[in-house]
Amino acid sequence: MSTIAQKRGFASTVWDYLTTVDHKKIAILYLIAGGFFFLLGGIEAMLIRIQLAVPNNDFVSAGFFNELLTMHGTTMIFLAAMPLLLGFMNAIMPLQIGARDVAFPFINALGFWLFFFGGLFLNLSWFLGGAPDAGWTSYASLSLASEGHGIDFYALGLQISGFGTLMGGINFLVTIINMRAPGMTYMRMPLFTWTTFVASALILFAFPPLTVSIFMLMFDRLFGANFFNVAAGGNTIIWEHFFWIFGHPEVYILILPAFGIFSEIFSTFSRKRLFGYSSMVFATVLIGFLGFMVWAHHMFTVGLGPVANAIFAVATMAIAVPTGIKIFNWLLTMWGGSIQFTVPMIYAVAFIPSFVAGGVTGIMQGAAPADYQYHDTYFIVAHFHYVIVGGVVLALLAGTHFYWPKMFGTMLSEKIGKFTFFFFFVGFHLTFFIQHFLGLMGMPRRVWTFLPGQGLDTGNLVSSIGAAFMFVGIVSLLVNIVITSVKNEKVGNDPWGDGRTLEWAIASPPPFYNFKQLPLVRGLDPYWLEKMEGKQTLTPAEPIGDIHMPNGSFVPFVISLGLFIAAFGAMYQIDDKAWAIPVLIGGLVITFGAMAYRSIKDDHGFHIHKEDLIDENDDKGVKA
Amino acid sequence: MKDRLTKWRLLSVFAVLTLVLSGCGEPFLSALTPAGEVAQIQYDLMILSTVIMIAVIIAVTVIFVIAITRFRRKKGEENKIPKQVEGSHLLEIIWTVIPIILLLILAVPTVTATFHLADVKEMDKKPNKDGVRDALVVNVRASLYWWEFEYPDYKVITSQDLVVPTDQKVYFNLIASDVKHSFWIPAAGGKLDTNTDNVNKFWLTFDSQKSEEAGNLFYGKCAELCGPSHALMDFKVETKSQDDFKQWLNAMQTAKEVTPTDTAAAEGQKIFEQSCLSCHAVSPQDARPEQARLAPNLATFGERARIAGVLEHNEEELKNWIRDPEKYKPGNKMTNTYKQLNEQELDQLAAYLMSLKVEDK
Amino acid sequence: MEAEEKYTPQTWPESPERATLEGKNKFLGFWLFLGGETVLFASLFATYIALKDKVPSPEHALAKDLYELPLVFVMTMLLLTSSLTSVYAMYHMKNFNFKKMQLWLLITVILGLGFLGCEIYEFNHYYHEYNHTFTSSAFSSAFYTLVGFHGAHVIFGLSWLVLVMVRNAKRGLNLYTAPKFYLASLYWHFIDVVWVFIFTVVYLMGMVG
Repeated sequence: MSTIAQKRGFASTVWDYLTTVDHKKIAILYLIAGGFFFLLGGIEAMLIRIQLAVPNNDFVSAGFFNELLTMHGTTMIFLAAMPLLLGFMNAIMPLQIGARDVAFPFINALGFWLFFFGGLFLNLSWFLGGAPDAGWTSYASLSLASEGHGIDFYALGLQISGFGTLMGGINFLVTIINMRAPGMTYMRMPLFTWTTFVASALILFAFPPLTVSIFMLMFDRLFGANFFNVAAGGNTIIWEHFFWIFGHPEVYILILPAFGIFSEIFSTFSRKRLFGYSSMVFATVLIGFLGFMVWAHHMFTVGLGPVANAIFAVATMAIAVPTGIKIFNWLLTMWGGSIQFTVPMIYAVAFIPSFVAGGVTGIMQGAAPADYQYHDTYFIVAHFHYVIVGGVVLALLAGTHFYWPKMFGTMLSEKIGKFTFFFFFVGFHLTFFIQHFLGLMGMPRRVWTFLPGQGLDTGNLVSSIGAAFMFVGIVSLLVNIVITSVKNEKVGNDPWGDGRTLEWAIASPPPFYNFKQLPLVRGLDPYWLEKMEGKQTLTPAEPIGDIHMPNGSFVPFVISLGLFIAAFGAMYQIDDKAWAIPVLIGGLVITFGAMAYRSIKDDHGFHIHKEDLIDENDDKGVKA
Repeated sequence: MKDRLTKWRLLSVFAVLTLVLSGCGEPFLSALTPAGEVAQIQYDLMILSTVIMIAVIIAVTVIFVIAITRFRRKKGEENKIPKQVEGSHLLEIIWTVIPIILLLILAVPTVTATFHLADVKEMDKKPNKDGVRDALVVNVRASLYWWEFEYPDYKVITSQDLVVPTDQKVYFNLIASDVKHSFWIPAAGGKLDTNTDNVNKFWLTFDSQKSEEAGNLFYGKCAELCGPSHALMDFKVETKSQDDFKQWLNAMQTAKEVTPTDTAAAEGQKIFEQSCLSCHAVSPQDARPEQARLAPNLATFGERARIAGVLEHNEEELKNWIRDPEKYKPGNKMTNTYKQLNEQELDQLAAYLMSLKVEDK
Repeated sequence: MEAEEKYTPQTWPESPERATLEGKNKFLGFWLFLGGETVLFASLFATYIALKDKVPSPEHALAKDLYELPLVFVMTMLLLTSSLTSVYAMYHMKNFNFKKMQLWLLITVILGLGFLGCEIYEFNHYYHEYNHTFTSSAFSSAFYTLVGFHGAHVIFGLSWLVLVMVRNAKRGLNLYTAPKFYLASLYWHFIDVVWVFIFTVVYLMGMVG
């Protein structure tokens, strides 16, 4: 990518990315922005672990610590894990179903820019009077009591980026339903596509409750409403319900695509089709469905009463069944295969014990009375890091190595990759395993410091040492990316040699129109089927013809920028700043003006002509 | 890969060893050393679920280890194409049904315990003619960053140190006065949130023998993020035998205002009345409504286990605390609500506060 | 199929809003969006039900003191009629009768404006007569947020209808513009359906206590 950039000049590349509607470039934008926020969240985590390495530490102040823990959680969930997964979905899913683009390229770009400006807004809080400090859950009584603008940054930033995610979700759903290549039936879709589909459906139904609750928080804080003000008849538990009605499916929004990535990797590097494909699909859908039925298990100690607690306890345990199905199917995929331990496969193999550990503690928490002990302690911290780091982050790292050649046309170093894995994996277990016991031994979560003489010293020190290991691992990944990009050794269509799905049949990186001829899909793992018949290319489903492509547009950027500006106005109007209301209105005018402009102007896209496609036969990919 | 795995195993052994060395935590704090019926039920449930889960883990581990060792691609197998297996209905059924059975085994005691632990019918029984119920009820009120314990049937109030009898059920009414907190005594049982909206109710017991092992003093914690000093919102639970507890209640009910004997403390009382009394009460029979009780009741201050919940109980730390509360509990509501005191005044005030006791010891 | 191709009533397809891939995508995407909107309103309804009549002091007006059925009945009729007129508009769109479609859309917009006028009057009335303001209680916050969100949807829906009518006044009907009309009208239906629920849950249930 770097050589092309130099050839075309830096400014024009930037402009290209600011206006792009190509799903592959949007994927790269997600990867860069998500990666950046991931590093930020990681630095916040390191500061947290330094503070907690020894008792009575005062490395950071109490108030700053609460900002750190809030921003660590919020950043990692909303601005790192989800966008990075959206990045892979963008890069790979359309290729896997044999589509030339997503259903709504414009909205795809809009989704990215909304996420980006929302995340930027949230992080500007560090420089503008302090970050949010009520935890990523921002429970209402504390988030109303919190002084300064921290929580306002949280509410407005998440609102903006949430709209972006919602649009991304709708876009993927329509893409998968309407844009599959001929022969690509639902039950032939690769598992990553399936998990993208279910995760997108979860986004569609889980984000509106968050939107509503954030609106209420915003109205309470900024416009004098009383939703959560108990003195005026309000109720703070409403926030908890809405937050978790969103929050629990959110966990599955993250983990399902991770499952998808691992499913692809297991089957590729075992050289075997996925064991029990249809029950894997069934399990995915079932997990997505059950994900909406269990939110109150985050609220066992709120005092909802034994009936609610018992129902949600049993429902929670039920989720273990489809998850177990998945684990066993992955194991049986490897069974009888020919396993090649590449870096992505090492991550996938390491994922199984890590995720099982996180899963079983999840079931333990499902036992409501026992959860009265676990709740809000380091046991919970250990559990969700086992699930999210051991599941989602390992999948992101595995996916980075696995799909890097497809996205950039060059392989990440396997040697450095193994180094990264080693440090990250060891550090991960060192950090979080012991936290289970810290929690059981009486350490609440979200504590700024702890007193000596409570038996918590050793465990915390071990945990902090582990965090340092993880940090080394991530730094080595960055080194790997730099070295790889500088070397830039080009690879062919199927660099791993065992690719099974459609994306591995086309150039790396693919040309901007993806498929010159839409492929005819004749079964699960279509590229593998063709290879087994001795062919190197896909069976086309159509003759070479003109291809219709959308025009790039700067409007998504402008729409998002308008909301970004308006958010400052909304926030500072309570300080009676004279400029605030004009800024609020100005920002909204920019946004709605840009939307109207988009709506009024005709934009029919353009065509790539048949003749050009035939000419490009030899050097496809370079132009992209 | 293989040597990596061994290394990892070594490290995990190391981690487990560290754990063994540090034991199961301290008996006054750890949920792993249950000191009452509630904690015991929860502990048993933990053990049951852990055992079931270990069975699952063993099954996964066995298949996992065999799969990744037996089916690695060896030299000379570069072109081997394994059989493309579609799946197996039998296996799918097995690993659907067995987990369901295991979960049912776990679900039954879970549901039973959920209802058992939420049974607070005793609290609503009619009081006798003196207004005293058979059940011992304590009203807990959480505020930034301190705890108030009211014994409504006996009309006495204390703060920071909860006093409870052993071997009998103690019922709690929980509420928060500013933001949400959560009431947790790990060794005695799981937590319950103190909401701002409504009163939550539950019960705990304290086993006499286990209490003795823990030195008759358990640690209590706030378990819900409530602000900068959330980590420091500790309280203590002092356990007494049922007879001693009755005596203590009696002493609380009959306690007269302390009249200092030495001059320093007498001077301190004057300072207290000027600077502190508007928020802090010194009588356990504080009849004002809870909105007026802005700060911890100090009637038993001389008998407390800690100062401000976290500092050693001695005059030096007390003076440090009064000098600059912000340093020890950032964000507390006491800072800057009283005039600056000089060293002599601090000495006098400390002498007075330390003399505040209800039991003659 | 070229999006801007000229059509006659004879060649005009059966479902013009779904005749192109873009149209099909928009059609499905918009239905999904409405699914999300449904959850959004469901959350607002849940909040309203939880906070109904939750006020700080007994002087504060409650639901049964506030609502006046005649006005709300008129509003409901206006909106339901506008739903019917937008059905007529789509009927003419499918028959490739651009002029009549525009006419019925115009009637829809006028009815919608009438509804909006009533709503502004209603809010104003509560504000001045009962001191029932956005900030006066949890109940009032929940009421204005739910009904106000719907009102904002009405405003957006009206602006959208006007925008597509104006922008396509010269262009007429083709496979590029047909989905635009269709979606705007679909959105309008959705707004009407939400109002039916508001009428029932807020006003009717509010009257009976």
